[in-house]
Amino acid sequence: MSHAPLPSAAVPAMTRATGAGVEVRLEDLRRTYGTVHALDGLSLTLEPAELVALLGPSGCGKTTALRALAGLEELTSGRVVVDGVDVTSIAANKRDMGMVFQAYSLFPHLTALDNVAFGLRLRKIPAARRRARAAEMLELVGLSAETGRYASQLSGGQQQRVALARALAIEPTVLLLDEPLSALDAKVRAQLREEIRRVQLEVGTTTLFVTHDQEEALAIADRVGVMRAGRLEQIDSPTALYARPASPFVAEFVGLTNRLPCTVDSGVAQVLGTPIPAVAGSVTRGAGTALVRPESVTVTPDALGEAAVEATSFLGAIAHVTLRLPDGVRLRAQVPSAAAPQLPVGTRARVTLAPAPVLVIAADT
Amino acid sequence: MAVLTRAQRRRASVFRWAVLLVLGAFFLLPLYAMAEFSTRGGKGRTLEPWRAMFHDPDLTAAVSVSLQLAVLTVAVMLVLLLPTMVWVRLRLPRLHGVLESLCLLPLTIPAIVLVVGLSPVYRQVTRVFGDSPRTLTFVYVVLVLPYAYRALDAGLASIDLRVLSEAARGLGAGWPAVLLRVVLPNMWSAVVSASFLAVALVLGEFTIASLLSFSNLQVTINLLGKADAFLSVAVSLAALLFAFVLLLGLSFVGAGRHRRSRARPVEES
Repeated sequence: MSHAPLPSAAVPAMTRATGAGVEVRLEDLRRTYGTVHALDGLSLTLEPAELVALLGPSGCGKTTALRALAGLEELTSGRVVVDGVDVTSIAANKRDMGMVFQAYSLFPHLTALDNVAFGLRLRKIPAARRRARAAEMLELVGLSAETGRYASQLSGGQQQRVALARALAIEPTVLLLDEPLSALDAKVRAQLREEIRRVQLEVGTTTLFVTHDQEEALAIADRVGVMRAGRLEQIDSPTALYARPASPFVAEFVGLTNRLPCTVDSGVAQVLGTPIPAVAGSVTRGAGTALVRPESVTVTPDALGEAAVEATSFLGAIAHVTLRLPDGVRLRAQVPSAAAPQLPVGTRARVTLAPAPVLVIAADT
Repeated sequence: MAVLTRAQRRRASVFRWAVLLVLGAFFLLPLYAMAEFSTRGGKGRTLEPWRAMFHDPDLTAAVSVSLQLAVLTVAVMLVLLLPTMVWVRLRLPRLHGVLESLCLLPLTIPAIVLVVGLSPVYRQVTRVFGDSPRTLTFVYVVLVLPYAYRALDAGLASIDLRVLSEAARGLGAGWPAVLLRVVLPNMWSAVVSASFLAVALVLGEFTIASLLSFSNLQVTINLLGKADAFLSVAVSLAALLFAFVLLLGLSFVGAGRHRRSRARPVEES
């Protein structure tokens, strides 16, 4: 069994970056169940120490991809290369990957400490060192006080922290997170998300994070890959992905989008009378549909305005206002909550667009 | 929930005690009768049969054989059944129904029919393994399958087998380690109850051993009864009490593994 040497207990863990980040390459992965292509030629490279989030609707193959990397799913074809070594045919228990599951997966018969030490025990690490390392990992996830507790005595968030510590204790080559937050409530989810990122940056392990929650993916990842039907639709930094979606699917899946009719000429789209630069990959000439973010839309109450407020929804710091344009097109705008009271249902308003670049697609889609 | 009045509560309590007494009498009276009969002497009481049973070489041998059979049956049953059931659950879920009906089959076949089918098989078995009564293990494993299957199936259903085994494999556990370190400890009570049933069945089995001409505890007791009624009844009672003590002991083993305290509700912090 090959694994990175564990640190001696004398090394203060909190200051030690394992530097274990390795490159991971998924090459043309295919997985077919009967006639269903769960993975249909997925290729993806994770740089050392990078956190990549795979984002997509359920059934897009993101979990299959992660499980294939873990060795829990057999591939129909394709290669998985970790740190230059082809591990495609290596069994899951020999791959040295740490995994956190969506479902609570702590071993119910073991305490938090013993759960974390489980992988070390299998590696025949002496008891004293094993316990020290496990305690260190629990400290890393902020659970030093809960070492003696069983899973049934821990909250959902605590259980997932222990699972994270358990996955990291074996100094995995790759950390795999399979929707680890989706069973938790919103507040704990946001907390733990930041915690995972902090820990990941600290240990420097290359990480694949699978989620269907776009906010989660954008918040945590170095790069976000949007998957659709077993393929990678686009992979980019969160800001680039949001600002310059490469396809209507990405634009619609990541963030909210308005579809507005426009005409394009030499890279500039005329949308509601405003000239807006069109991003690469847009329709270059003629009529099209511009995909405009709600935050690019400004709404001003105006008795002579051509738009009418149809609905508003209060979302805390911001509010969403749905407007109807004279040609029947509906448009969603994001406004500060303070501005919402001036826009009750029925108000006439003027709509202006910020000149942030937009993706323009063919008019009939 | 309706609150019971004092009178209702007293009536319920009287009813409970009445049920307990009637059932207790139902179970204890035969035992008492056995004790009474086995201590009858010419004049007054005697413990002679109870003394004699420890000096009867056939009997001690039969006790030893039945205990060995119980241990072997439990061991073979667990080694055979548990990995198979885990594998079917994880990898071949479509075969779940097939495995279940296969395991429940012995329940539908009367022992006497089983023996008719088994006697030619056992001619081969004795040729290969010798004619030790321990070869009864094979047929006993088949006999305990339905009970053991039910108990183990309930145990497996109570844990998230897929996630736990995948978590263990991800941490470096091979299949033997998954079974021994994760599956077994988390369904220990199911394993203990499957073993209980197997032990109880083996210690009480008479028909098949007798018809295949092997001598186990029950066969020997039956033989003894023909020669010495007092001794036979004393041994029967002793066997009953022994099985009771054994099962009680096993249940403590099961409880001992369950020392972790029950969950108290935890608030998210």
